[in-house]
Amino acid sequence: MSNLAVLPIIIPLVSGILLAFFHTKTPFVRHAAKLLSVMSTGVAAYVFYYVLQNGTVTLETGGWEAPYGIVLVADLLAVTLVLTTNVIGLACVFYAPYSLTEQKERYYFYTFFFLLITGVSGAFLTGDLFNLFVFFEVLLMASYALITLGGEKVQLRESIKYVLVNLFSSIVFVTTVAFLYSVLGTVNMAQMAERVQEVEQQGILTTIGILLFFVFATKAALFPLYYWLPKPYTVPNPVVSAMFAALLTKVGVYSIIRMFTLVFIHDTTVTHELFIWIAGFTLVFGAIGALSTNNIKLIIAYNIIPAVGFMVMGIGIYNKTALSGSVYYMISDMIIKAALFLLAGAVAHIVGTSDLRKMKGLIHQLPLLGWLLFISAFVLAGVPPFSGFIGKLMIMQGGFADGEVAIVIIGLLSSLLILYSIMKIFVRGFWGEKDENITIDRKTANALTWPVAFLVFFTVLLGIGAEMFYPVVDEISNQLMNPEIYIDSVFKE
Amino acid sequence: MEIIMSVVAGILFAAGIYNLLQKQLLRIVIGTVILSNGAHLFILTMGKLKRGAPPVLEYGISDYADPLPQALILTSIVISFGLTSLLLVLSYRAAQENNTDNMEKLRGNHDE
Repeated sequence: MSNLAVLPIIIPLVSGILLAFFHTKTPFVRHAAKLLSVMSTGVAAYVFYYVLQNGTVTLETGGWEAPYGIVLVADLLAVTLVLTTNVIGLACVFYAPYSLTEQKERYYFYTFFFLLITGVSGAFLTGDLFNLFVFFEVLLMASYALITLGGEKVQLRESIKYVLVNLFSSIVFVTTVAFLYSVLGTVNMAQMAERVQEVEQQGILTTIGILLFFVFATKAALFPLYYWLPKPYTVPNPVVSAMFAALLTKVGVYSIIRMFTLVFIHDTTVTHELFIWIAGFTLVFGAIGALSTNNIKLIIAYNIIPAVGFMVMGIGIYNKTALSGSVYYMISDMIIKAALFLLAGAVAHIVGTSDLRKMKGLIHQLPLLGWLLFISAFVLAGVPPFSGFIGKLMIMQGGFADGEVAIVIIGLLSSLLILYSIMKIFVRGFWGEKDENITIDRKTANALTWPVAFLVFFTVLLGIGAEMFYPVVDEISNQLMNPEIYIDSVFKE
Repeated sequence: MEIIMSVVAGILFAAGIYNLLQKQLLRIVIGTVILSNGAHLFILTMGKLKRGAPPVLEYGISDYADPLPQALILTSIVISFGLTSLLLVLSYRAAQENNTDNMEKLRGNHDE
């Protein structure tokens, strides 16, 4: 059954290529995309179930044995994230027809959408560092196309910066792979882990590790490398922003988790201490950014940054509880960020502006959307019993257990700022007198609300049903703390 | 040989970054091309330049060149080729829409 590992990559890839042939027949493509997305999610759910029951699935592509060929490793962390990706894709594909103009849909939106999912799933599943670079490029290429889709003035202007930053970090990534290859003589992650263990991680490896961390930190938008993120994320269509916010930064965080729980683990005094510092700064600066603006989309885009800070904080603390917290928070944050961007897009679409100063009293016309925003704010800030709380609680517990009190307090305080920044949207935009100037197209409003409700329902489920999901996350962090499990699953017998 | 190549890669990196810091869009694109070529040369240098025979499968040969860096470079060249063409089209369109190819003027403001 090892072919299961490739299915989450192949299905979106083939779907994207197929839909490219029919791009002029918009109604057909819409329905086909919905169908294919449901299928892809179903398969991802099955792969998740299979891995949960039977343990890690590895596929040696083309029959080349592990250290020589490219391996795909579907361990529990990877398949969980692939499943989350597909759930978000499902919500986005149902939201897209109402939010995009037909012209944008014709210009291969669905093709690039599926290619983005291909790249993200591939990056989660690959067990080879150079292949990780290739899948990064696949998803970045799709994202370049999506961010410029429509070709507006502001889109073109911001996308150049986005492309250049990502291009530069990709070049640094290739250079780092070359460094690692010259030192370790392999690009297979499991074999790298073995060899680092043999030499007990000398200084040069720590240096390469930090270089690699900065590559992933650029992708994940950590302090001080987050400056490129907020503006480009506000210019494309809300569906595209939602996909970017949910998936792209998380691929960076996933890569950090993978490299720093598998390969560079023998000398944690420098690297993991650095992570804690960077996480602290990321939390503070991201929260300040979110408070600094009146643009709904920009507020939410800035909120991506402290969330990434929390995840990296869990990696920096590096014990089992904190890692479980990071993974739990990552899953919940992927879903809630997609929901928030779709929500902001819906508000901007209905009202016609994303400036908070130009709207008020929307709750009278859009009650469901208002309360969904209210719940999302609670999820994001980590108010119990929602899912953000459980992730943060575990990170904090891990922090206290390791005596990292200062960072935990910074985390708690920045949570308050995050709550305030989102509540600002609720209080200023939704509260107050009814604004008679705003007319609402009921049908579109409903169609835009349901995908958001679907995603918020999932985060609420993740919070209330924590009993049910906790064993999975516990098993993930167990696998992360014991890299031998990963290595053994790649080099069977 | 490796030393010369390292120096060449270093010069390419320096020239690439210098061009990347310019204001004109075309120069920035050229900077990324030079930078990625520097990276490719760097991979080749890291995998040892010459170790005897070419990496062709023949029995009895123990001293063959390392094929992996070359495979990596090939993949990387294809990717950077695609990216360069995309970036050229993108910067052409952006310069046309915004009536400038100067990065200073492409900064944007808060009123949008």
